[in-house]
Amino acid sequence: MAVSGLVMLGYLVVHMLGNLKIFFGADEFNGYAHWLRTLGSPFLHHEWALWIVRVALLAAVAAHAVSAYQLSRRDIKARPVKYAHKRRRASYATRTMRWGGVILALFIVWHLLDLTTLTVNERAWAGHPYENVLSTFSTWYGNTVYIVAMGALGLHVRHGFWSAAQTLGAGSARRDRALKFLANALALVLFAGFVSVPVAVMTGVVS
Amino acid sequence: MKLTLRVWRQQSPDAPGAMASYAVDGISKDMSFLEMLDTLNEDLILRGEDPVAFDHDCREGICGACSLVINGDAHGPERTTTCQLHMRSFADGDTIDVEPWRAAAFPVVKDLVVDRGSFDRIIQAGGYITAPTGAAPEAHATAVPKHDADHAFEHAECIGCGACVAACPNGSAMLFTSAKINHLNVLPQGSPERETRVLDMVATMDEEGFGGCTLAGECATACPKGIALPSITAMNKEWLRALRKGLR
Repeated sequence: MAVSGLVMLGYLVVHMLGNLKIFFGADEFNGYAHWLRTLGSPFLHHEWALWIVRVALLAAVAAHAVSAYQLSRRDIKARPVKYAHKRRRASYATRTMRWGGVILALFIVWHLLDLTTLTVNERAWAGHPYENVLSTFSTWYGNTVYIVAMGALGLHVRHGFWSAAQTLGAGSARRDRALKFLANALALVLFAGFVSVPVAVMTGVVS
Repeated sequence: MKLTLRVWRQQSPDAPGAMASYAVDGISKDMSFLEMLDTLNEDLILRGEDPVAFDHDCREGICGACSLVINGDAHGPERTTTCQLHMRSFADGDTIDVEPWRAAAFPVVKDLVVDRGSFDRIIQAGGYITAPTGAAPEAHATAVPKHDADHAFEHAECIGCGACVAACPNGSAMLFTSAKINHLNVLPQGSPERETRVLDMVATMDEEGFGGCTLAGECATACPKGIALPSITAMNKEWLRALRKGLR
């Protein structure tokens, strides 16, 4: 869980920073998207770098999902009889890890169909991601799905990053506050960075 | 004080159980929770009914025998053991739910008594040190740095009551196991088994059917001895270190 989660988290930080290029206009954003395809050239063939990243991410998602499934099954089996006196346990971010993860998985499917394969994108102009992004965030459902998913992402990272540090033995009583701060900061920066794009499109800052 | 108790009653391990309601009267706020249950049991015996079975021993908060999930909290609303919980923590006329520890690895024996033998088997897997038998060695013969001694003592406080497992949403025994491993692994006396201890105890913990850790932190909140959550992190670190050493 920890290692695959950190791989995805590292990718998300880069992805979010790349998205912010949308504020510098269509040419820079589309140019960046084109550069991603020529990355590593001429050593790597066209789009090979992109495919290497995609395969690594797919492996991380699969490892994360399989270990989440195994852990959940084990945890549910370990408490066969529930308490009659119900009580809220743990923080909101902790309690929503499982469903939040499922929401994120479904979002990723939609996100790929929308902006990678362009299957559900209304504009669907291959090679012009700037225009396609504008098209997505011009629809009410595009904005809703995206912003809800980014909320789930923030909560997931808030508990997930700190937990990964504990799993890998990197936490300690003295480092705990710093780690919690870092987890919250990462969650907040990712949420704000990703959500800034639909907000900018909705308010007309990016058009 | 007059109270309504809703208590889990179960005749035997395989019999179905249910919550049963009892009214108790004449409870002093200075009574411990267990003395209040004694009062209920005296009533039940006089009425010719089966008294409620519950675990208890020292009643001083040091043996780890008492259990009980009271209103959804392991050992009740105060951060102490059930025997050291007093009725002043409740109000007159309250309805109190009393349940056994709930975990697959802690099967109910009768009513509120559970079998915590799985903890014993985790201890048997590595909760010991290799020492020559005979007279106790001179205490000052092995120097232990103050920081390590404090670390070991903080974790040695664990009385093995099982509140961590009862409070954990996953029925995990990570805090218990980590307390034992931290206690012994940091000391020179425990160093010969440092790697095998953590690998064997964690493996036994998994075999006993405890859940996995999702770092919810409920265990550390419930622990009457204040074992803190970084204990689990330190165990993870020891486990990864042992793996790297390649003993398995």
